[in-house]
Amino acid sequence: MRKTFKLDEIDCANCAQKLQDAICKLDGVEKATVNFLTQKLTLIAADDRFDEVLDRVVELTADIEPDCEILR
Amino acid sequence: MNKKQKRWRNRIILAFAIFAVVFALEELGALTAVFGTPGDVYASFVLFLVPYLIAGYDVLIKAARNIRRGQAFDECFLMTVATIGAFAMVFFPDTDPHMAEGAAVMLFYQVGELFQSYAVGQSRKSISAMMDIAPDYANIEVDGRLEQVDPDEVQVGGLIVVKPGERIPIDGVVVDGASQLDTAALTGESVPRHVEPGAQVISGCINMTGMLHIRTTKPFGESTVSRILELVENASEKKAHTENFITRFARWYTPLVTGAAALLAVVPPLLGMGSWSDWILRGLTFLVVSCPCALVISVPLSFFGGIGGASKLGILVKGSNYLELLAHVDTVVFDKTGTLTDGTFSVVAIHPEADADADALLSAAAHAEAFSDHPIAVSVREAYRGAIDRARIAQVAEESGHGVSALVDGRRVLVGNDKLMAEHGTVWHDCDLTGTVLHVSIDGTYAGHIVIADVVKEDAAQTIRDLHAAGVRRCVMLTGDRADVAEAVGRELGLDEVHAQLLPQDKVEAVERLLAEERGEGRLAFVGDGINDAPVLTRADVGVAMGAMGSDAAIEAADVVLMDDKPSNIARAMRIARKTMRIVWQNIVFALGVKVLILVLAALGLANMWLAVFGDVGVAVIAILNAMRAMRVGADRA
Repeated sequence: MRKTFKLDEIDCANCAQKLQDAICKLDGVEKATVNFLTQKLTLIAADDRFDEVLDRVVELTADIEPDCEILR
Repeated sequence: MNKKQKRWRNRIILAFAIFAVVFALEELGALTAVFGTPGDVYASFVLFLVPYLIAGYDVLIKAARNIRRGQAFDECFLMTVATIGAFAMVFFPDTDPHMAEGAAVMLFYQVGELFQSYAVGQSRKSISAMMDIAPDYANIEVDGRLEQVDPDEVQVGGLIVVKPGERIPIDGVVVDGASQLDTAALTGESVPRHVEPGAQVISGCINMTGMLHIRTTKPFGESTVSRILELVENASEKKAHTENFITRFARWYTPLVTGAAALLAVVPPLLGMGSWSDWILRGLTFLVVSCPCALVISVPLSFFGGIGGASKLGILVKGSNYLELLAHVDTVVFDKTGTLTDGTFSVVAIHPEADADADALLSAAAHAEAFSDHPIAVSVREAYRGAIDRARIAQVAEESGHGVSALVDGRRVLVGNDKLMAEHGTVWHDCDLTGTVLHVSIDGTYAGHIVIADVVKEDAAQTIRDLHAAGVRRCVMLTGDRADVAEAVGRELGLDEVHAQLLPQDKVEAVERLLAEERGEGRLAFVGDGINDAPVLTRADVGVAMGAMGSDAAIEAADVVLMDDKPSNIARAMRIARKTMRIVWQNIVFALGVKVLILVLAALGLANMWLAVFGDVGVAVIAILNAMRAMRVGADRA
């Protein structure tokens, strides 16, 4: 399943790149892109695990970029 | 400015005011008068710490958090080390204290960051305003009254009402009303389009004069306007080489400069080449310029701006990588029909054999071609004024690239080119008119031919001239037409090469041959109408589909989509691509150049921290402003 989320307050392109690298390394994430310009996160993960994976992505984001919030 | 930015701004102003007071006190000697020597140094240390913390406490917190996570190399960390380093020098006797500089660096860093955040926000806003072509409601009629609903909720086949001045939210067919449509947001075309009942309309157009009742043919999510927005937004995910290069570069650059800073601070004083404080200060200056942010922001922003600007002209580029490739195109291969020519063929002559009748010939041909969408078939049907009686037709078979065969009134009718005649062993003869010659045989006997000519588009010749002027070496035309027709068009337009009598599969081969000849830096673009050239579009370095308004297949297969059918937009797309690449390289060279210069000056002890802060945030802001130029394509509008 592929879903897009709005990211609030992602301010620096380098940070977006790092966030993307980190999310991609998470277990269960097939592909993730953090688009700095459109402030969007696109997440691809297996259907049956999607919510679980998303929870972990949110947690990780809060850890790496506390200012940045995933609006779901 | 948003709320967060305003708070940020106020904090910086406060810190700046305190800084100014402390700076004045120190310069006027007030501190020395009150605290004596060396007490004044410690006093100023404490006093400068106040504006420093007010301005930069969030930077310090972020840095601490990153260190805990083992992610040391980010700009917060670097700024923290650099500024704390400047402050800490007070603890080394016999050094020149740099508290004012440390606080000022943090202040200016924050000013720059704020400005950067503001500039990025503005860019985002202007790009999204430019793409603000999706209406957020649809009018439906409920009990005779109009109600606004979410366009997502309108069923396919549902009836919507579009008032003058509103945008059409969903693709559909006009069932009632007549009006003028402004399609400029989609195609860049400024001449309004007249529509009346029966006309296909696409979402995103502005209804200008009359009320329209429209029966929707697609859900909102699949309507043209939604697809365009999705395409442009996702375009920045397909990264150009330059972007990937910058990302890789950024990964190496920061650790490298940090390492160099450490060496610079430690090695020369160990070798007895000067005082510790001097070299440490130089090392700290290194740290300030070590953030690659100017590049990491401005390069994708330039691409995004270029793609956004192009979309304003009805040129959709599906990825930064294609924009980059487009800038390097030196061979443009055109499909003839529908691309360089109108594709609206018209019958110019009917030559029946001696024993046949012109009307019967046309009637047989029109019936055989009754089910074909090919432009030639359409023009034959148009020339045949009578109605098509479907009951007379059976066993229709298209022979790709050759023609069509069908039973009309129980007789086998073949309509097509000389290859079709040869294949079926029919003896035919040529015509002395230039144009596409459609031979007709009935029950194996040659009945005569119909001559069809295609009209060259108004701006086709200008396009070829523009492309040559823009540095394209070869303009090639591929066509299924006869060689003499093709060459006549080729001469008229000033094409470099013409390949005629090609079947669809031959076109792929022809493009592959050209691709093989090519290489080096030059890239090959194929321009087609997207209807049956999907394989060629995919094979070329850059596939351009034109006249794609409303055609999903074309939007799917191509890398660059021209919404209207003007070939001049290809030249325009290339100009935008080249301008964008120029801006990208300007930014790369400028940002790196300034940084390297400051690094060299810092190593020689000629640059201070003020200059270094400019090298970080100042350069980033300038690069962002430059990147925004990519979006402005207004001057290019024809």
